Amino acid sequence: MNFALTKEQQMIKDMVKDFAQQEIAPKAEEVDRNERFPEETFQKMGELGLLGLPFPESYGGSGADTVSYALAVEEVGRACGSTGLSYAAAVSLGASPLYYFGDEKQKELYLKPLVTGEALGAFGLTEPNAGSDAGGTKTKAEKKDGRIVINGEKCWITNAAYAKCVIVTAVDGKDDRGRNNISAFIVPTDTPGFTITSPYEKMGVRGSNTCELVLEDVEIPEDHVLGEPSGGFKQFLYTLDGGRISIAALAVGIAQAACEKALAYAKERKQFGRSISEFQAIQFKLSDMSMEIELARNMVMKAAWLKDQGKPFTLEASYAKLYASEMATRVCNEALQVHGGYGYMREYGIERMLRDTKLMEIGEGTSEIQRMVIARQLGC
Amino acid sequence: MNIYVVMKRTFDTEEKIEINNGVIDEEGAEFIINPYDEYAIEEAIVLRDEHGGEVTVVTVGDEEAEKELRTALAMGADQGVLIDVEDLDEEPDHFTIAELLAAYFKDKEYDLILGGNVAVDDGAGQVAPRLAEKLGINQVTTITDIKINGTSATIERDDEGDVETVEAQLPLVATAQQGLNEPRYPSLPGIMKAKKKPLETIDLDDLDLDEEDVAAKTRTVDRYLPPEKEAGRMIEGGPETQVDELVGLLKNEAKVL
Repeated sequence: MNFALTKEQQMIKDMVKDFAQQEIAPKAEEVDRNERFPEETFQKMGELGLLGLPFPESYGGSGADTVSYALAVEEVGRACGSTGLSYAAAVSLGASPLYYFGDEKQKELYLKPLVTGEALGAFGLTEPNAGSDAGGTKTKAEKKDGRIVINGEKCWITNAAYAKCVIVTAVDGKDDRGRNNISAFIVPTDTPGFTITSPYEKMGVRGSNTCELVLEDVEIPEDHVLGEPSGGFKQFLYTLDGGRISIAALAVGIAQAACEKALAYAKERKQFGRSISEFQAIQFKLSDMSMEIELARNMVMKAAWLKDQGKPFTLEASYAKLYASEMATRVCNEALQVHGGYGYMREYGIERMLRDTKLMEIGEGTSEIQRMVIARQLGC
Repeated sequence: MNIYVVMKRTFDTEEKIEINNGVIDEEGAEFIINPYDEYAIEEAIVLRDEHGGEVTVVTVGDEEAEKELRTALAMGADQGVLIDVEDLDEEPDHFTIAELLAAYFKDKEYDLILGGNVAVDDGAGQVAPRLAEKLGINQVTTITDIKINGTSATIERDDEGDVETVEAQLPLVATAQQGLNEPRYPSLPGIMKAKKKPLETIDLDDLDLDEEDVAAKTRTVDRYLPPEKEAGRMIEGGPETQVDELVGLLKNEAKVL
């Protein structure tokens, strides 16, 4: 056992922390208020190599490991939940499938611009009537004259308005038992018939870009299938496993920020002649918050470490995602409570963290889906 | 150009600092590259990119300082040197550090040695000027701009708020003042590459020095935090009453008038 970070991991954490506190945190309030996606931040993140963090140097990446990536997501999330979500989605959902399943030509054409920050990655899985129940996918892909024609609708797709291509899942046939075959397709966003809009008004992570995709007779070349034909299902399960580590790390980051704010406020706020941090009622809240954050962080690190070791990590990624996201909602809620009336005011930033972190229990598989994944891993 | 930077690892004065019995609690402190040395590293990298050559970052400290050296390498320096003083019995002071550095530079070829104007921990600003004296070369402190033309440098220095322009011949020691540049973040590819860059550790024996040669000339007797600021007092009433009361307080209570 060794709980120590390597020098590189520590340096990456320090660098991202510095960058996030200097460049991202001061904008968190504004991007939330104006529902503005901070493009300039992502340009800088690209220049620093953050968007290519876990990918090899041969594709323009930085060649760092999943542990470093989780540390980076935590630090970005600690500064701003919206930016953290866009970052996690860009790397885990947008770029990762291209890296894991793409052929060399696809990586050259579509992965490289994501790694350097020229464009953001996006992953189109969820539909109005299908998300984790992928079998219910309605989007269809049909072969026609040596081309692939896609029709359908996708919802809540992060980063799509800033993407050059979206990875879209679609039904492209049936297997021997009559079940839908699902494949993943690389669809350039400038293809005729592909409409991307951002019609949503969200509760939190309002500075992240969330899109609706409509595909009407969208034609792509046959070589734009990602990975094995009909392998879409297995691919996105693997992609989501990795994504769960990053959502868990993001939840830890948001909770950490809320806890730090609550501690600072509790020391400063005086009632009945002393700091409220001297009251056990407040102390016990802060103790529980900080303990739960550390427990969640350890689980995130373990899941990331397993992935780096090439070992199975589905179960641990779900543990991490489920525990960290529910923990973060509890922690942000308690942090707001410690702030009393001030916590309910926008100015203090706590209510934003609570709104932001609620998504962590929903996106990339709800808490209920995580429990299903865990139960299945247990052999139920 | 052979550019050297003398760098200090120091605790982050923006984080919480605890002192127990006159010693700073290293467990709780965060350590960083002295911010003024960060300007020096940035400037060294910029000058190297413009004129060619190599940037070597030198520090005096213990093994822990390798992290700050690696950070400098991640920013873009070419090699790092750690002069390890972990085995010294007594706490080194500015004299010790300057002697060690002077011994290190004795057989080196250098055009420019950059450093921070002061370190944010003790704020002494001693080491770089002492080093220049020992080496017998020019020194310019608190610089805010530097241009190299062949074998000379045109430097702007901060003179207590005024700007002084200086021409000096290389080789030269120069210390960085805030405003010299905006240090870059170490990029991720930089961090990964830093692993493979040379980092040399040397000790007193390698420098042909005995402990007596570098024995500290000063002794730190005590360290303490500044007293906590007490809450202010508001004086009420019209301007005249306020002035009367203030003068009264300064005379009778503070006894400064």
